[in-house]
Amino acid sequence: MSLGFDNARHLLSRAGFGGDLKTIERYAAARPEEAARALLRGVRVTSSRPLPGWVNQAAPSRKERRANRKAFQKKRRNQAAELKHWWYQEMIATPSPLTERMTLFWHNHFTSSLRKVRFPPLMARQNALLRRHALGSFRDLLHAIARDPAMIVYLDGQTNRKRKPNENFARELLELFTLGEGHYSERDIKEAARAFTGWRVDRKTGRFEEAPRRHDGGVKTFLGRTGRFKGGDVLDILLEQPRTAEYITTRLWRALVSSEPDPTEIKRLAAVLRGSNYAIAPTVEAMLSSKAFFAPERRGAMIKSPVDLVVGTLRAFKLPLPSEERYVIRIGRRLGQDLFDPPNVKGWPGHEAWITTHTLLLRHRQLTQFVRGAFDKLPDHGPEALKKWLGRPDLDAAGALEMTTRVLLPIAPVHGAPNPNVTPSRLLGHLVLDPAYQLK
Amino acid sequence: MHRRDFLKAAGLASITLLSPAQALGAPRGRLGNRTLVLVELQGGNDGLNTLIPFADPRYYALRPRLAVERDQVLQVSGELGLHPALKPLMSLWEREQVAIVAGVGYPNPNRSHFRSIEIWETASNSDQVLGDGWLARAWGEKQTRNLVADGIVVGDSDAGPLIGEGGRTVLMDEPRQFINQARRVRSASLKTDNPALKHILSVHQDLEQTADRLESYLKGAPALRTRFPNTQLGRKLSVVARLVAADVPAPVMKVALRGFDTHARQHQSHPKLLGQLGDALAAFQKAMVEAGRWNEVLVMTYSEFGRRPAQNASGGTDHGTAAPHFVLGGRVRGGLYGHQPSLSDLQGDDLKHHVDFRQMYATAIRDWWGLKPNAALSPFKSLGYVKG
Repeated sequence: MSLGFDNARHLLSRAGFGGDLKTIERYAAARPEEAARALLRGVRVTSSRPLPGWVNQAAPSRKERRANRKAFQKKRRNQAAELKHWWYQEMIATPSPLTERMTLFWHNHFTSSLRKVRFPPLMARQNALLRRHALGSFRDLLHAIARDPAMIVYLDGQTNRKRKPNENFARELLELFTLGEGHYSERDIKEAARAFTGWRVDRKTGRFEEAPRRHDGGVKTFLGRTGRFKGGDVLDILLEQPRTAEYITTRLWRALVSSEPDPTEIKRLAAVLRGSNYAIAPTVEAMLSSKAFFAPERRGAMIKSPVDLVVGTLRAFKLPLPSEERYVIRIGRRLGQDLFDPPNVKGWPGHEAWITTHTLLLRHRQLTQFVRGAFDKLPDHGPEALKKWLGRPDLDAAGALEMTTRVLLPIAPVHGAPNPNVTPSRLLGHLVLDPAYQLK
Repeated sequence: MHRRDFLKAAGLASITLLSPAQALGAPRGRLGNRTLVLVELQGGNDGLNTLIPFADPRYYALRPRLAVERDQVLQVSGELGLHPALKPLMSLWEREQVAIVAGVGYPNPNRSHFRSIEIWETASNSDQVLGDGWLARAWGEKQTRNLVADGIVVGDSDAGPLIGEGGRTVLMDEPRQFINQARRVRSASLKTDNPALKHILSVHQDLEQTADRLESYLKGAPALRTRFPNTQLGRKLSVVARLVAADVPAPVMKVALRGFDTHARQHQSHPKLLGQLGDALAAFQKAMVEAGRWNEVLVMTYSEFGRRPAQNASGGTDHGTAAPHFVLGGRVRGGLYGHQPSLSDLQGDDLKHHVDFRQMYATAIRDWWGLKPNAALSPFKSLGYVKG
């Protein structure tokens, strides 16, 4: 059986940033497995537009930094802004929104922040790494991220050495990246930290290296296993734990399906992840074509993140991303999602926490501005402009209004249908300020 | 699962509220007349460089790069002194309006930021997960229905100890802006089975009611002359001061100062943070005296943990356990409370706590608001620094 309009809309809003009428209708004709497969076929391992030109720049030496501190800080600020703006642009322009959705998912899983890393090229390279593995193998991703320079700096790997281990990375590896709280002991953290001693970033090249003299080559006991473990061994032991697949699946579920994990489904999907040697794509495909995913009560049951809201709205109304870099960055930050700068290593809590009295007000203000910008220039009155926007000149006024509502909102508008006889910007303003527009 | 994963921040049960005019004249009780001002030191404040055991040679041995010289310390007893950056608090200390509670922590400490702040915010045991913040469980809905909110969080997106069902928490940067924007949001009825939508609708309703009430209090409130430092915390506390001075009834106002996770180069960052804290608190005290409200506020700091006694290889300190905290106010009986953890009696590499953080909460509930603590807090004795 084919998906139908509402399911297709649901899929596109969860797997990407929403779709226009044409795209929704194309997916509506497909069967659930076909639809999910089509999305996965389009997945990319690189961005559609190149990263900023300075991505491979080497870090300046301490001397260089000291010589011109002000200029260095200014450059850092500009690069940070350029990078954030670049990612927004990629999310808006990409032919594969699922790629960006998953890259963002991993950014929120394997968090690092510019605030701590303080060298934008490292964060840009980490972003490329996350995209490369976003729907590849979780095994490869885990091994790569543990050696990622931005991650090493972010979780203090630089100071993790023999006899003076720094536990920061080891702790978050267990608590947030693989097992989740409550599935290891403090001792496991200490032992894992020892195994990672000597994993650091070469200050000159900005690349990962193992420093043998800093490594603690002694015997470690980790999760019941004993040996002269190195960092890679610890990662492999973590990947042997069934709990790791369950934890990752739960995180995926909460990002794509619902804030309330369904234990039966988690078990089933975790088995897909483990059974495929941690291949992410089949797991996501199984999730996005499941009955549970398409249950009618799931529609509109998640709250849009600030990125969903901003990117989704700009895409929907074909608005250009304001070229002033700091404009969109400020919006994201104020709404509570500053890309490349999550609040802490746990990432953005998301879901209901996105909407408070404070952020709801800011969302409304922002949406009003977007919609004004989109439609103020059109001379037509309501329905005519909508028909143009939908690409459906054949519809009558009532049909155009109904179709616009169904494209923009996942559930019926709470405040009722808008008055068709007002200007298009007021009409759309009515729809985007409806509580239902905050949902996906 | 973590509490934050299903948090119900800013949720409003559909209770009947009085009109703003009625609310203005309604009896407010102690909860409406006395404000607890929480200052969260985010990241885990280094207690040993806040309240310094300057007479203990082990302190200097553990921290060759970070220790504060004996002659720099602001002495508060024969063995202990404050970091010199806290100088702005000294005149208040001398007037006996600052309680310093030494060695605050809890048994079986957790060193994860998230888990430990969750323990602090929910007043749970280390091995127990509670859903709601300690302040969300401290009184019934009825007791605060006439007030503007149960809590106001200024300049932050995390309601922390106020998170919980039934409580009305407002987050704002600045009240005038808040009212103007809230006026433009339409209210709607709450009937839905969709929990995400329900949350949004409750925020809509919350906004409308709060804006009306806030407006009625701010109308004609006199401006404060006290100048606040133009810092992260200074700006936030100046907003809190304006709200308190305008007599806005809310039992709790919360602000946070970020940046205490000093794993590296602590000698640069930590003194600045303490200086910012001291300056902003001193300005807040002046503003409250100016407004005639200093006896009606109780300022209390908290943080997820202290830090390890030994400095690390990066010139910083790692996540630790017990730490001192400050309580300030016109009704505070100043002095040292608790007991400074000994550097020769460590637990592993960490300080032992001597005061359970929940004693500070129980003190606020019992002695500040005159309420009966709930089951989670009732076993904890008051610390005696609130004069009543």
